[in-house]
Amino acid sequence: MADILLGMKSITKTFPGVKALDNVNLEVERGEIHALVGENGAGKSTLMNVLSGIYPYGTYEGDIVYEGEVCKFNNIKDSERKGIVIIHQELALIPEMTIGENMYLGNERGKKFAIDWNTTYAEADKYLKMVGLTESSKVQVKTIGTGKQQLVEIAKALAKQARLLILDEPTSSLNEEDSRALLDLMLEFKKQGMTMIIITHKLNEVAYVADKITVIRDGTTIETLENHGPEPISEERIIKGMVGREMTNRFPKREGVKIGDVMMEVENWTVHHPLYPERKVVDNVSINVRKGEVVGIYGLMGAGRTELAMSIFGQSYGVNFSGKLKIDGKEIKMKKSEADAIRHKIAYVTEDRKGNGLVLSQSIKVNTSLANLNSISSHTVIDKDKEYAVAEEYREKLSIKTPSVEQLVGNLSGGNQQKVLLAKWMFAEPDILILDEPTRGIDVGAKYEIYCIINDLAAAGKSVIMISSELPEVLGMSDRIYIMNASKMIGEMKAEEATQENIMAAILQSGRGA
Amino acid sequence: MNTKNVLASLKKNAMLVVLVLVYIFFMITTQGAIFKPLQFNALITQNAYVYILAVGMLMCMLTGGNIDLSCGSFVCLLGALGGVLMVVNKMNTGVSILLMLLIGIGYGCLLGYLIAYVHIPPWIATLAGYLAFRGLGTSILSANSNTGSIAPFPQDFLALFSGKLFSTKLNKLNVPCLAAGIAAAAIIVIVMFWSRASRVRKGYEVDSMGSTIAKAAIAAAAVLLVMWKLAYAGGIPTVLVWVVGVVLIYSFITSKTTVGRHFYVVGGNMEAARLSGVNTKRIMFLAYLNMAVLTVISTWTVMARFQAANSTAGTNYEMDAISACVVGGVSASGGSGTVLGMVIGATLIGVINLGMSLMNIDANYQKVVKGVVLLGAVAFDILSNKKKK
Repeated sequence: MADILLGMKSITKTFPGVKALDNVNLEVERGEIHALVGENGAGKSTLMNVLSGIYPYGTYEGDIVYEGEVCKFNNIKDSERKGIVIIHQELALIPEMTIGENMYLGNERGKKFAIDWNTTYAEADKYLKMVGLTESSKVQVKTIGTGKQQLVEIAKALAKQARLLILDEPTSSLNEEDSRALLDLMLEFKKQGMTMIIITHKLNEVAYVADKITVIRDGTTIETLENHGPEPISEERIIKGMVGREMTNRFPKREGVKIGDVMMEVENWTVHHPLYPERKVVDNVSINVRKGEVVGIYGLMGAGRTELAMSIFGQSYGVNFSGKLKIDGKEIKMKKSEADAIRHKIAYVTEDRKGNGLVLSQSIKVNTSLANLNSISSHTVIDKDKEYAVAEEYREKLSIKTPSVEQLVGNLSGGNQQKVLLAKWMFAEPDILILDEPTRGIDVGAKYEIYCIINDLAAAGKSVIMISSELPEVLGMSDRIYIMNASKMIGEMKAEEATQENIMAAILQSGRGA
Repeated sequence: MNTKNVLASLKKNAMLVVLVLVYIFFMITTQGAIFKPLQFNALITQNAYVYILAVGMLMCMLTGGNIDLSCGSFVCLLGALGGVLMVVNKMNTGVSILLMLLIGIGYGCLLGYLIAYVHIPPWIATLAGYLAFRGLGTSILSANSNTGSIAPFPQDFLALFSGKLFSTKLNKLNVPCLAAGIAAAAIIVIVMFWSRASRVRKGYEVDSMGSTIAKAAIAAAAVLLVMWKLAYAGGIPTVLVWVVGVVLIYSFITSKTTVGRHFYVVGGNMEAARLSGVNTKRIMFLAYLNMAVLTVISTWTVMARFQAANSTAGTNYEMDAISACVVGGVSASGGSGTVLGMVIGATLIGVINLGMSLMNIDANYQKVVKGVVLLGAVAFDILSNKKKK
């Protein structure tokens, strides 16, 4: 008789305009490691946010049954009191504080107005030992590596008396050795009776630690697989569940576009992390793109795609660059300057349109002209009539739905904002466009329109690099596909050869081989 | 033009409406004393420094709600240095002015460098100057004078920054002043209709004819009223020329030039601006260099008005400038605000000061009222923006 610790029953969560979760069911037995897998945006994180009370009771439909009773969590504190603790993908430690301070943040030992530091550090040391760390809890978090920081996160969770531990992509920022150590630690905890849910893209890890695997796709649970037998479950079997969607006519055809000479070449490109300069975020990557070609770069989140793109675009991310950048056959010595990149006819259309793409408090007009103000100015004086005309032209060309180009960008829908972002960069008249997740967070109709714009750009002889973590999109839109994983370029495929299965397989192989 | 449009445009120009209402309120409570020609003159000469400093503060605030706390103390220090140059050492006025400007540029470059390139938070970087300059200025003054103030300044200096153009006696019509007013009003009307016509010709969106006429009429009437009053108060105050000059130049920069646009986008979204090729560090640098230069101009007008340099000069000027901006609708988090809005804000505060003085309200209560007005203006702004969403 299975001893069910947690049951999530028919969970449905809607955001304005999108159904993020649709009738999701999840059952976790006491003492097992349960893996949750699915593509980016499938709804894994949303499900965990529902479970931990980040989305409070009442904002979703369905029931959470934990230890036999229906839970109504209003915030994270409520779920933690029950022993449900999430360790998020991004480390939530404060670098300047000590390990001990971090572990008991919001959970301080002692009285309300007098923290008992002796108990704090003594208990912290105890939990650190449990996760196999020998560091004193009095050292600052910033002095230890990311692998150890992840272990501190786990110690922190243990200190909260966790009985159900949820690890969201725990190994995404760890190297192979640290990852293996972490997984072994999980197996050790399992022996001691801890129940765990692990969310991960790395299917070899799933096969290694998980007892059961639940596959989520497009906000619904597809299946739950058992992983008990002597032979671990095959990764191909998991992939089938993850990507088993049919592709119909979601991508407009690009016909009669002639692919020309090589426009841009990047050779042996290496970039280091700006805060941890010893860490490579892009490792010896070489790519090229031709005129009129759409090149897709596929990789899971954190693979180094954005870092690659931004470092090519005027070294706007990273430090200690090395490698060659050739445009039209000539090597370019680019300065650390975005303006310089624009002068060399490169455009980078960010994945984060609100964060670093658009000025939401300004009009469509101002945003459209921003990257190429000089072309509508003489002696630094802006020709406002010309600016208006340009904004109108792009409003029509990209069919941006708005009463007027004087409308503030912040008032537009996501799809229209994305079009304004594209308009800005098209107006900058680049030869090479790097589109980073160009369809993130926009509805299907707007996606189709964006794809049409990409096709028009290629038809006009531009070189397009499209970064995406949606496999169908990469397959449907690209002439050629690069596959990136763990900061390295691990494969290149022609569109005709590429399938979801062999791309996934390439990523898995590289993960194992390392 | 229907009533809905009228209401909408009133809401859009809320601070202007408040200014008119406050003015009418003081007309009643002071039995018309505030409407006398001399009070128009006082309003301009007493607040000239605010307009000039607030233009600089506006540019800083646009970049992301950054402020300069040091400008008031810098006025004190510059005044003392100017006094030492012109009065104590009897140096040529032109050379002294140039030297003061160079000192201002030097400080501006240093401050801009520290803030833009060393990334010292602006309020800390300028807090240092706020403390140091007052002390430095005071010690220079006491070293050079027994009374702690340096005077009198040479006539040619005073003539540049105070006094009247084409001065006439009080209550006699000053013809050049009125003529300048008529010319200015005419130019405003012509420019407004000309730009509307050009937009119509090119097929762009325009306001209705009625609202253009109303706007032109209000602007022209305001200019005419002020100049007509000044014409009976002895003529155009020299300092008005400086204020109008600064206001016009910066209105142009902020609304029509690429560098002005960059100030707005840096404040609106620094990262987006950077990734669009805007040199964000240079903009931060320019904001503080510009602030220091305008502080120098402001200092000249203050020295000339008091005809002396003393240790209390410039006290709280930084706060006056910030208040004028905030009341004038400049966003405290950056990215929005106009020179014209700031002018209305500064004038509103100036009118409240003047009216309360004329009513003989205790100086302490005047401060209370100013505090409440400041808070009220910002609360009004935030609440009315919230409703829109």
